[in-house]
Amino acid sequence: MTATDTKAREKQATSEAPILSGAQMILRALRELGVEVVFGYPGGAVLPIYDEIFKQDDIRHILVRHEQAAVHAAEGYARATGKPGVVLVTSGPGATNAVTGLTDAMLDSIPIVCLTGQVARHLIGNDAFQEADTVGITRPCTKHNYLVKETADLPNVISEAFYVATNGRPGPVVIDLPKDVQIEKAPYVRTGYRSHRTYRPQVQCDEQAIRTAARLLAAAERPIIYSGGGVINAGPEASDLLAEFARITGFPVTSTLMGLGAYPASDKQFLGMLGMHGTWEANHAMHDCDVMLAIGARFDDRVTGRIDAFSPGSKKIQVDIDLSSINKNVPVDVPVIGDALNALTQLIAVWHEEKLGATQPSLGEWWKQIEHWRQKKCLSYEDSTEVIMPQKSLERLFALTKDRDPIISTEVGQHQMWAAQFLGFDKPNRWLTSGGLGTMGYGLPAAVGAQIAHPDRLVVDVSGEASFQMNLQELGTIAQYHLPVKIFIMNNEYMGMVRQWQDLSYDGRRSESYSESLPDFVKLAEAYGIKGMQVEDPADLDAAIQEMIDHDGPVLMDCRVAKLENCFPMVPAGAAHNEMLLPGDVVGKPKDDEALAVV
Amino acid sequence: MDGSMKEIGPIARHTISVIVDNEAGVLARVIGLFSGRGYNIESLTVAAVDTTGERSRITVVTSGTRMVIEQIKAQLDRLVPVHKVGDLTMEGAFVARDMALVKVSGTGEKRVEALRLADTFRARAVDASVNSFVFELTGSADKIDAFVELMSELGLVEVARTGAVALSRGPGGL
Ligand SMILES: Cc1ncc(C[n+]2csc(CCOP(=O)(O)OP(=O)(O)O)c2C)c(N)n1
Ligand SMILES: [Mg+2]
Repeated sequence: MTATDTKAREKQATSEAPILSGAQMILRALRELGVEVVFGYPGGAVLPIYDEIFKQDDIRHILVRHEQAAVHAAEGYARATGKPGVVLVTSGPGATNAVTGLTDAMLDSIPIVCLTGQVARHLIGNDAFQEADTVGITRPCTKHNYLVKETADLPNVISEAFYVATNGRPGPVVIDLPKDVQIEKAPYVRTGYRSHRTYRPQVQCDEQAIRTAARLLAAAERPIIYSGGGVINAGPEASDLLAEFARITGFPVTSTLMGLGAYPASDKQFLGMLGMHGTWEANHAMHDCDVMLAIGARFDDRVTGRIDAFSPGSKKIQVDIDLSSINKNVPVDVPVIGDALNALTQLIAVWHEEKLGATQPSLGEWWKQIEHWRQKKCLSYEDSTEVIMPQKSLERLFALTKDRDPIISTEVGQHQMWAAQFLGFDKPNRWLTSGGLGTMGYGLPAAVGAQIAHPDRLVVDVSGEASFQMNLQELGTIAQYHLPVKIFIMNNEYMGMVRQWQDLSYDGRRSESYSESLPDFVKLAEAYGIKGMQVEDPADLDAAIQEMIDHDGPVLMDCRVAKLENCFPMVPAGAAHNEMLLPGDVVGKPKDDEALAVV
Repeated sequence: MDGSMKEIGPIARHTISVIVDNEAGVLARVIGLFSGRGYNIESLTVAAVDTTGERSRITVVTSGTRMVIEQIKAQLDRLVPVHKVGDLTMEGAFVARDMALVKVSGTGEKRVEALRLADTFRARAVDASVNSFVFELTGSADKIDAFVELMSELGLVEVARTGAVALSRGPGGL
């Protein structure tokens, strides 16, 4: 088609197009793009959009109680469905409240489209009421953002925003909408494309790079697959192919925090999570391997530990959709740019085509070594009949819920790491956690988002008493929509993770890490009309958990756990993977100031 | 940190060309990327470079280790309005020019000497009054430095300078 053809077509389309207000356009474009749910909070600068929401039934609006929670709920929705999450907030404080959520989505590569109200165009720059420079503030914490200056641009900007949020490495996109742009009328023309003029991320992998990678892997004597959140983002099929690749190669698999569930935790080739609180076997295998296949994982500092001692003897293959993730922290021998699904498809094809399986050396010795590391039983802990051990509470939660294929969200702290260690996920999209930003207060709204997406599934927020208080207002949302979310607070009366670091690195000076003046959680729940429970005696634990999951509605469980338990294994400050600590190890102080600074 | 891979290897200066959509905020994105991630900017120039004004070329001179330069290019490339990123320093020979306007005021001997030196540097006088000149000079940053230094003894009033603009040599383009 020539340029004149296109122009003529557009002109014709415009003359036939319905005349709509900006707010009507927004609703229509969202509907055409398949949006079913919007998480939001109203205000002056988005009243025209809220008025259109009132007039329709296709798109469901979920009223949260704080804009940060709107974004986390959208993240939970996105993570549990694979679809982009959509947020609507007002200008000024609405937009600034959303910033933590946007940054969280940015670091964990979650597709979000966030609509923010803005003051009318002629007021921009005047310090008008509830004006904030939203595109300026959100520029570093979004994948891209837009300030829409013409009503007629809305349909295509919205299409493009969904394209950018969901293609390549996913991320949050903000569309800032001046109030008068929402009111003004213009012809509704959505050119139909869901793309961007120039942003075309590479998803197909280079054939030669795949062959090089496959041959290197086939020659490995001590191989390992290090898989991350990118495999989850590539869709459930990528997870299936990861399992298939592991099966045909016989390789051990470890996963990052964000990647849990991509590979079945119950499989014998799974070594558990790696990194700072990873398993003994995963970290040792990473350290000693000769060929590493990193797929959708970005070698972040919680994973690598001391970087100059990270897997020193291995050849590293890294598959990532984002070129900037390659060679960022760790030099890589074979970079492969592309989507994890394509990479695995191509790797498996080459493996069969070149009959590489037949040339593989025996991995018997390697597996023997791995079994030896497994014998350490690094997650074992000393149980008690006096007090509920935090690990025990999760072991029991897992045992009593696993048949129901639950979706689990977490907050941030010790409970999060224990959840990663003790709850096994056999499938993707069931584990919602804030990995990159480590945002306390993420889990409750994320559980709301997941439960909205899957009303009949069991959704549990594994929480800490401190984190819970960061977004506890969302109990109101849970009550309003009758969401049967189960909130499992592992109440140790401490900001446990902070207390652990203070005990290990600051001679036990527990500065401001005690959770003073806690509310009566049972009464708090009841104040919202939610069932509140408390359990303290280990003998009552199973019955309490059972009662919680059997209850047809939301439950807040105050599970009193041992106050001073530390989370192990642990790669301490400034240490290498093979210098992990286990329970009972005498903990030395960090080696030097530098080590203190890197954690 | 001591063991950081980032600090391994020599630090080199690179001249990077970036073709971008000429849309609101694109310069802020590029500059924010450099400041947010702690990269150097030695100089940066930007202007629309096509007749329709849809595309701009940003020329940025930066320095870093090999790994940091690779990161800078990859990070630039993933900005949505960025079309192309070229590393002129890596891709063979290129020409780079800065421009400066240099105002000098004086009379008598000094005025004559300023004019004579300007001629040697092939600077043009683009404004003149009985006791001042504004010289326009293009060339490498070093050449401009040298000229400004000389003028400082001959009544230098003020200087306005651009950063480098640069293109690869030969027929190819970005
Ligand atoms: C918003 C935010 N503020 C501060 C921190 C630092 N931080 C990390 S873990 C933690 C303590 C969390 O306590 P709790 O929720 O009780 O979990 P526990 O570690 O006791 O299981 C804190 C304060 C954070 N991650 N996020
Ligand atoms: Mg706690």
